[in-house]
Amino acid sequence: MSTDSLTQDLTQRTENSSRELLARAFFFGCAFLSIVTTISIAVLLVTEAAKFFSITAPLVGVEGETATIAEFLTGTEWRPNFTPHEFGVLPLVSATLMITFGSALIALPLGVATAIYLSEYASERARSFLKPALEILAGVPTVIYGFFALMYITPALSTIFPDISFFNLLSASIVVGIMIIPMVASISEDAMSAVPDDLRQAGYGMGATKFDVSVGVVLPAATSGVVASFILALSRAIGETMAVTIAAGSQANMLNPLNPLGYFESGMPMTAAMVQLLHGDITGGGLAYRSLFAIGLTLFVITLAMNIVSDLVAARYREEYE
Amino acid sequence: MTRENMTDEASSPADGGDPTTDEMLVETSPTAGVSESDSGTAGGSRTLVEARNVNVWYDDDQALNDISLEIPENRVTAMIGPSGCGKSTFLRCINRMNDLIDAARVEGDLFLRNKNVYDDDVDPVALRRRVGMVFQKPNPFPKSIYDNVAYGLEIQDKEGDYDEIVERSLKRAALWDEVEDQLDESGLELSGGQQQRLCIARAIAPDPEVLLMDEPASALDPVATSKIEDLISELAEEYTVVIVTHNMQQAARISDKTAVFLTGGELVEFGDTQKIFENPDSQRVEDYITGKFG
Repeated sequence: MSTDSLTQDLTQRTENSSRELLARAFFFGCAFLSIVTTISIAVLLVTEAAKFFSITAPLVGVEGETATIAEFLTGTEWRPNFTPHEFGVLPLVSATLMITFGSALIALPLGVATAIYLSEYASERARSFLKPALEILAGVPTVIYGFFALMYITPALSTIFPDISFFNLLSASIVVGIMIIPMVASISEDAMSAVPDDLRQAGYGMGATKFDVSVGVVLPAATSGVVASFILALSRAIGETMAVTIAAGSQANMLNPLNPLGYFESGMPMTAAMVQLLHGDITGGGLAYRSLFAIGLTLFVITLAMNIVSDLVAARYREEYE
Repeated sequence: MTRENMTDEASSPADGGDPTTDEMLVETSPTAGVSESDSGTAGGSRTLVEARNVNVWYDDDQALNDISLEIPENRVTAMIGPSGCGKSTFLRCINRMNDLIDAARVEGDLFLRNKNVYDDDVDPVALRRRVGMVFQKPNPFPKSIYDNVAYGLEIQDKEGDYDEIVERSLKRAALWDEVEDQLDESGLELSGGQQQRLCIARAIAPDPEVLLMDEPASALDPVATSKIEDLISELAEEYTVVIVTHNMQQAARISDKTAVFLTGGELVEFGDTQKIFENPDSQRVEDYITGKFG
């Protein structure tokens, strides 16, 4: 090889060749698309919700009927379709919180216990059955869960509690709980499997039993992942729509979230209210229509806050090994 | 060298009653190396752990081949040999850590005092509470320093003043002065050498009879290593220490007895450290120690 051609080989630019640039532009475009979508949704929610509130409506040039922020956030009645209109979001938030809390009560312990079993106790064989079963559970369409709640859980509950409403928050909580178990179990199991085996060895070497090691060493070492799984699962429970719309009903009762008896009543979580608004004969531009976005924004803010908390918690409890 | 010979030598109580030897045993100092300790150092001690014809397989691969040896009480016994010779496997037989490996199968008898630890009625968890272990890589729990040391006490529901036991264990592990003001901080915040001493404190806190150490200094720098070595010699005053090391100088410096394993899981020679290093019976051991092989 002559000196000239060697120099040419060494100095040719591959980094900025048209093929490389094209590939880079394509990958960037794909990544950018999700950001654009997120931002568009946020902007849409904010601008549409702004038309709902009296304080912001003039800013976006909307005239006519509006509601005050105080009315929306502290009102205890939700009546968007009949006069006199009431746009108090509290009954919806309270139903959502109750379902979220109830489902957490079911899903968090069961999910973590499942994760401990899968990660620490299960044989290869047992795991090879259980993991796919969990994934199937996670993949069942939520409308089927709602149907299941209405057809099986509610009748079963009414044999135990004869006074329970046909649509009730307990049934919705149970079904959402079942729905989010796979999420808690799968993310927690990943976190627990990632705990270095050294720690288990250290535990066993100290004369710890399997239970001591699983619960006293592995679980605390996996705290960040386990807590992250909780928060993601709760976000999912808050945003869950189909199953709760079917099981909890569409009566926006104002329930005291601290009173357990409320679980026997029907209620309308935020998502169900949005579904109802979309199905109603609301016209584009009306106040009821715009309230849809106000609820949407509220939901969005709640889940966004939870995701941020999740990140903070995960960072706080993350243990660095090496 | 035949196994019978080895066993005879290891268990020979001939000089056990010799007052001069006894005195010397009591005064075993941290710096007692080969040059200071007499060849009879280990002779006066009772046997605490005795292996008889121990064989170990991982699936179809034999990792230990008919190992018999006697480990004296309150002494440091070193296991040396090239990688894959089975020395760590043997160590893990003593506290039945090999039970945790599905593929491992152990045959033969291994006595702790007079009890065969492989008897059906022995609970490996109870055994491990009497046989502490320190691992190659420091592995403190992601808990506070205090909780790390108290861990063994807690899982065993031990009675007693935990504060005092934690302090005593950390002092014995030569770590107290460095951590006494940060007991609530995570054990993972410490340096590698400190972490390993924390692991030693954790292992000795429940007061085991035997302390197994699997290359405890191999992940550490020379200064930390020397601290651990000093510590091991001190620990032998109260505990029976069995240490696996691939560092022959370390074995020579700190141990009273040395077992040389060579490839194939074979125990080639076992005896007083000084004899093994100065005048081994086996040519293979001599080759290994002088660096011609391994």
